[in-house]
Amino acid sequence: MKITTKFWIGLAILAVLTPLGLILPEHFKAGSAWGEWGADEMEKLVGYVPQGLEKLSSLWNAPMPDYAFKGWEEKGLTHLSFAYIISAIVGCIIIVTVAWLIGKALSKKSD
Amino acid sequence: MHIPDGYLGPMTCGAFYAVMIPIWATASRIVKKTLKAKQVPMLAIGAAFSFVIMMFNVPIPGGSTGHAVGGVLVAILLGPWAASIAITVALVVQALLFGDGGITAIGANCFNMAFVLPFVGYYVYKAISHNAPPNSNRRFWAAGIAGYIGINVAALFAGVEFGLQPLLHHTANGQALYCPYGLGVAVPAMLGEHLLIFGWVEAIVTALVIKYVQKQNLDLLQEGEVS
Repeated sequence: MKITTKFWIGLAILAVLTPLGLILPEHFKAGSAWGEWGADEMEKLVGYVPQGLEKLSSLWNAPMPDYAFKGWEEKGLTHLSFAYIISAIVGCIIIVTVAWLIGKALSKKSD
Repeated sequence: MHIPDGYLGPMTCGAFYAVMIPIWATASRIVKKTLKAKQVPMLAIGAAFSFVIMMFNVPIPGGSTGHAVGGVLVAILLGPWAASIAITVALVVQALLFGDGGITAIGANCFNMAFVLPFVGYYVYKAISHNAPPNSNRRFWAAGIAGYIGINVAALFAGVEFGLQPLLHHTANGQALYCPYGLGVAVPAMLGEHLLIFGWVEAIVTALVIKYVQKQNLDLLQEGEVS
């Protein structure tokens, strides 16, 4: 088997395992990454929401915010894990396509 | 390390876009000369690997979370310029589709994770593995050390970018407009957690995959040596 085939299989396995990245932090009661708090978390931390942060933090409405479906914020870990795997798959498909097209456009045509 | 919208002021955001545009242009120019058609799948795999490995949040019990970037590995296998393009693709999709990392901060996040990280990692790896045969143990260690140093230098840059904000932007009564933590808090926080935990994750991921590549296909270790 070619090593690239093995890498593709590896990617698929990683995608299915991604919920570990959700479940482990939950289990060990770990919160957001440093510097990636939402406005309400920020208020708890420093007592106010910086004005510029408040304005800019809602600038972009991502279609799958936080690797979940919109409106799923209150769902349980099982639902969120499912959404996380879907996000990994959708993300991989888009990224592979874009990177492939860029690579095709840039790479040498000969060989 | 994905700086969200609202943490960096307009000046910082603009400056990093301005810095990244020539880097992206140079990357395209160099990759155009060096990337072989048969390496295109590896570029796509590298970008997707970086994306998916970043989803594995590693907890600091009772504290924050972080993750590996996988970018040093991509740099070792494809060269730093191709890695820069691959990681940029991952970061842009993360920002646009998943809201992970801000739109205004794409320049800064790409500078840290798609420029500093792969380049520092690549040259550390090159320095340590200099003249080492492809299947040598020295390459395994070089990969691990490169991963550790690469992600930590990137975290240091992110910490400085966060930490400059209260100096650059505040109201008359001293409230911050963007990131409220100065250099004295942001740098030790960002660097500390990467030195203690997340740097080791990057080191282990990088070293183990290089070990695997050594067993499977030694040619791959020579193809990254482009610049």
